[in-house]
Amino acid sequence: MSFLTLIFVLLFYTATAIIVVGLAYKIRLYATTPAPLKIPTTPAPITRRGVVVRMFFEVTLFNSLFKSNKWIWLFGWLFHAALLFVLLRHLRYFTDPVWGWVNAIQPFGKYAAFIMIFGLAGLWARRFLVDRVRYISSPSDHLMLALLIAIGLSGLGMKYVSHTDIVAVKAFFLGLMYFDWQPLPADFLLVVHLSLVVSLMIIFPFSKLLHAPGLFFSPTRNQVDNAREKRHVASTG
Amino acid sequence: MVDFETPVLKEYPVIPLIQPGAMAHSKPYIAKPDIQEKIGFPEELVENWQEVAIKKMGELVGKSRALRVFLDSCVKCGACTDKCHYFLGTADPKNMPVARQDLFRDVYRRYFTFAGKYFPKLVGAKDLDKDMLDDWYSYFHQCSQCRRCSVFCPYGIDTAEISMAAREILDCVGVGQKYCNEIIGKAQTIGNNLGLPPPALLDTLEGLEEDIEDEIGVKVRLPLDEKNADILLVTPSADFFAEPHVDGLIGYAKVFHQAGLSWTLSSHASEAANFGMFIGSQENMQILAMRIRQAALDLGVKRIVFGECGHAWRVAYNFLNTLAGPFDFLDPNYPVPQHICEVTYDLIQRNKLKLDKSVNDDKVITFHDSCNIARGSRMGDMVGGQFIIPREIIKASCNHFYDMAEDTIKESTFCCGGGGGLLTDDLLELRVKGALPRMEALKQVVDDHGVTHMVAICAICKSQFSKILPKYGFEMDQVITLHQLIGDALVFDESP
Repeated sequence: MSFLTLIFVLLFYTATAIIVVGLAYKIRLYATTPAPLKIPTTPAPITRRGVVVRMFFEVTLFNSLFKSNKWIWLFGWLFHAALLFVLLRHLRYFTDPVWGWVNAIQPFGKYAAFIMIFGLAGLWARRFLVDRVRYISSPSDHLMLALLIAIGLSGLGMKYVSHTDIVAVKAFFLGLMYFDWQPLPADFLLVVHLSLVVSLMIIFPFSKLLHAPGLFFSPTRNQVDNAREKRHVASTG
Repeated sequence: MVDFETPVLKEYPVIPLIQPGAMAHSKPYIAKPDIQEKIGFPEELVENWQEVAIKKMGELVGKSRALRVFLDSCVKCGACTDKCHYFLGTADPKNMPVARQDLFRDVYRRYFTFAGKYFPKLVGAKDLDKDMLDDWYSYFHQCSQCRRCSVFCPYGIDTAEISMAAREILDCVGVGQKYCNEIIGKAQTIGNNLGLPPPALLDTLEGLEEDIEDEIGVKVRLPLDEKNADILLVTPSADFFAEPHVDGLIGYAKVFHQAGLSWTLSSHASEAANFGMFIGSQENMQILAMRIRQAALDLGVKRIVFGECGHAWRVAYNFLNTLAGPFDFLDPNYPVPQHICEVTYDLIQRNKLKLDKSVNDDKVITFHDSCNIARGSRMGDMVGGQFIIPREIIKASCNHFYDMAEDTIKESTFCCGGGGGLLTDDLLELRVKGALPRMEALKQVVDDHGVTHMVAICAICKSQFSKILPKYGFEMDQVITLHQLIGDALVFDESP
């Protein structure tokens, strides 16, 4: 096994452990911290089913953000939707044989990366152009966008500029999953791409990326508006 | 207090360019030692305040899922930055909801997160030093906890929760706000925010009964501490004497009278507002809530009804059951508690009230949705009932009603500028500037539809507007209470 392969085998196992354990720890904290009082932002659904609908549209369409600001919504939603496509497309490097629907979305997935970068660029531009957003941005906010854009660009580079041995890459990841380690091609763009992805995985549970699990635990969004009908007791959340 | 200028009303609302430090001088008076001591807080800044504050912060985050999630989740997207009336009115960037939260979040990250402990500069984590504490005192008293930002946040982050927690920490290190803490002390010992003792209350109510009889020739009662009445009415103490509030109290009495309902006020629970919420103190909130439970038990009533009061209704609607329930000794056919608007609306629906709308033909009405009713509670059994019911009562009471612009009402309503424990003259500049978005929306309907009066259903809104309207070129009596409007329209057939 080459030194490069060894490093990346170790990096991916470590990063996976950190993101899984880190997220599990955070989600457990969110779930076990009591919600002492009823604080849904009203008007709120008055049934559990209604809350599920509210959350569904928050998660898939970013409803509140749409009400708030059309530019942030446009860039943010395009980025997230494209990212989803890109991630699903990448499933083909982890499945053998590749699932039918993963094959079916490949043609769209190819362009999703461009849309993703467009969305990210829009969000980043706001951090420079809008004085209010400039004021609230810290270095980590800029770095996070830079990281995501770099991941996108390095990925696109492999697709359109300098191909890597994609069959070997797939063998590497399947090897990781089945503990039967295979060599990783020593291509510059690939090494950059994978290093950045590993960084993102490690940063995830320590950063604002926690908004992903956080949204599901937000009491202003996930509580049922029924304080008079059902006595709310802290320990039941 | 520094001199300041009332903002100019523009034809269209404009998001201001940020002016760092524009409101850094705004600070309410600090509570004196005796006020602090009375409600269980240190008398003055404790010696090891930093240690106490950080410990308290950890404790608060540990027992509030909202805080924990809100502190972790913000991505600084900027959606909330132009949503706060205090930012729109002052241009101070620390009045942008996210920046206000960051005063708390930066400290939280510094002491409680990996990134903040080891890479503070990178993530903007900051020490809790004296400058930061001063910023906290200043800017967490420039938040009226109106929740407008939480409507627009993609994660529902509610700055109100964070400002309540910050104020509780400030109280615990001995830096309390005079206005809120003095009032809480009075409400806990005397029973109401004004410190009105029972004999004075009785005297006031008798005087009002005489006034009503003189005016309409009908004996309308305002009973106090009447055992075995059906309804206990809990109303903000401002209703007992302040203008225009008292006209609302007269209105409730007229509605009850015409509907033949048996009701009473209580001298033990003569206050609906619960200022414990403003300072984030669940202990203090509970003491006040228990007075209402006690009054209901002592008087043997069947129902509890709340008068027109915004924050009171949020606490009553959402928290009362948790803090002082269960209320299984009351009549299960009615929600506990009920809002006076729900009672009145139900009577209108059932044709129990005789109304002559034309009495109010001299008025063109618009309606100010109170923030804590709009975004922190509900009325009736339908989603959004808190918007529908007051408007239906208005429409049943007058012929001319126009809503203000859609993005300034209902769930997007702007705070009056004096909510959340800021209705004090030492914060007058903030109150005037914070009222700007509401004043602009009002000006528009005044110009377009000839609106003459704005109806409010919150004691704070009414007091705030009475004071602020003249600064913007309106008359102070252009704010009226909802139950004055309907009270005036009631037709009494009884012979004098």
